[in-house]
Amino acid sequence: MRWIKHHLLTGYAILALIYLFLPITVVVAFSFNDPKGRFNYTWSGFTLDNWLHPFDVPGPQSALEVSIEIAFLAALIATVLGTLIALALVRYKFRGSGSTNMLIFIPMTTPEVVMGASLLTLFVNWVVPQGFGTILIAHILFNISFVVVTVRARLVGFDRHLEEAAMDLGANELVTFTRVTLPLIMPGIIAAGLLAFALSIDDFVITYFNAGSTITFPLFVWGAARVATPPQINVIGTAIFLIAITLMLGNIFLQNHREKKGAVPA
Amino acid sequence: MLHRRKGAIPYLLLAPGIAWLLVFFVLPMWYLGKMSLSEGLFPTFSFNWAWGNFSEAVSSYQTQFIRSGEYAAIATVIALAVSYPLAYWIAFRGGKWKNLFLLLVISPFFVTYLIRTLAWETILSDDGVVVNTLKWLHILPPDGRLLATSVAVIAGITYNFLPFMVLPLYVSLEQIDHRLIEAAEDLYASAPRAFYRVTLPLSLPGVFAGVLLTFIPAAGDFINAQLLGTPRQYMIGNVIQSEFLAVRDYPTAAALSFVLMAAILVIVLIFAKVLGTERLTVAA
Repeated sequence: MRWIKHHLLTGYAILALIYLFLPITVVVAFSFNDPKGRFNYTWSGFTLDNWLHPFDVPGPQSALEVSIEIAFLAALIATVLGTLIALALVRYKFRGSGSTNMLIFIPMTTPEVVMGASLLTLFVNWVVPQGFGTILIAHILFNISFVVVTVRARLVGFDRHLEEAAMDLGANELVTFTRVTLPLIMPGIIAAGLLAFALSIDDFVITYFNAGSTITFPLFVWGAARVATPPQINVIGTAIFLIAITLMLGNIFLQNHREKKGAVPA
Repeated sequence: MLHRRKGAIPYLLLAPGIAWLLVFFVLPMWYLGKMSLSEGLFPTFSFNWAWGNFSEAVSSYQTQFIRSGEYAAIATVIALAVSYPLAYWIAFRGGKWKNLFLLLVISPFFVTYLIRTLAWETILSDDGVVVNTLKWLHILPPDGRLLATSVAVIAGITYNFLPFMVLPLYVSLEQIDHRLIEAAEDLYASAPRAFYRVTLPLSLPGVFAGVLLTFIPAAGDFINAQLLGTPRQYMIGNVIQSEFLAVRDYPTAAALSFVLMAAILVIVLIFAKVLGTERLTVAA
């Protein structure tokens, strides 16, 4: 009886994982499809062509480049801004920390459609032409909260004695921060940066409201879904997936490796 | 120990990020509020305390509001049912592979949202395996379909926001001290009883956070209804989107956004009051 119960849960978990990976399998499989018409929805033959010539169709290449540029810049800036906020919130007691927490929290609970619409209203009021710049502003905005939450989780479990030891040994605050604190919270910062990059490169709704005539990869897919879906979309989707997985796995292994060496307290 | 007398330092650390949030989140909300009380035709709107926008917006799009709530609620419940055992399994049976399993769970979401949704279009398509199997089992009538029905839209929403449910559940389950469960069992609680009296209550913050983080984006979504449904499945997000970007009736769209936002904020504040903001955000 116990045995059945034990494996019932495992069976359920496996089913759940299959469910999670079902659409991904479809995406990967259809990247090898050789569709007869303009749409890539029914299977009609195996080909490697799409993988050999991922940028043969017009559109996805420039859209992908725009997406990567924006995701990189947005992740970089949001990670810096968010890490500073996290440090202030965890390390210091100050007036207004409650409202700061609220200000971090509310954007995460705002529906994307509302956030996108409000930014649109702002840019219309300011008569700012929409494009690359406004997309970047929006992406930094929605990334900040996620960075704060991620870095704060790392800072909360931080052993302050290590910093005190550095100070006792004559290091000043700046040296202590750059030589002790920063390396120790680096895995958290890297995780936050990767998360921000992933959120940004995948964002459709907020971008859709603030893109003007600039086209990011998700916007390209949206447009394509009504006209024609070349299998190259699946190729790029699969490639982004594989790169993201590799980076995340890398971060996990790096963390495990360091923890084994005892360099980072768990 | 917290530094207590460092005066300006925390404010200097906060300044750039908080300024960004104030200028590009709070200020736009203020403009949106002003827009919701304005009148006129694109591109000239004038502020006029036009409260009528709100009653008009709500009465015209009541159906979509209610539908959004229904779809989001059903999707949230299904997501919870799928995620809880999965998160439990990773937290309690994952061993040293926990992080790897967790990565496995969230990895599908590194495929672009729209591509994932298009994949569901393939899976649920009229001649696909799923539809044919359901017909064979006589669950669907011979001419039945899934695409362009509320089932497809809810299925898409459930899938797309699943990690927002799994992650907070996992975080709260993982933190549970196993000795508490052992203690309950030592005191002759059966396994189910130990679960209902110890594990479940301790994981409730994760349940609340997960419910919130799934329900909110689900209620505001318009992509699933657009790609997997028809105008008969359109949600409030579809209305806001088209009022802003196609019809360009900004005041109505702004009023709708505010009603949606307000409805959600009320729910969030109730939860925050019950649990404390700090715990909610940390679990998130």
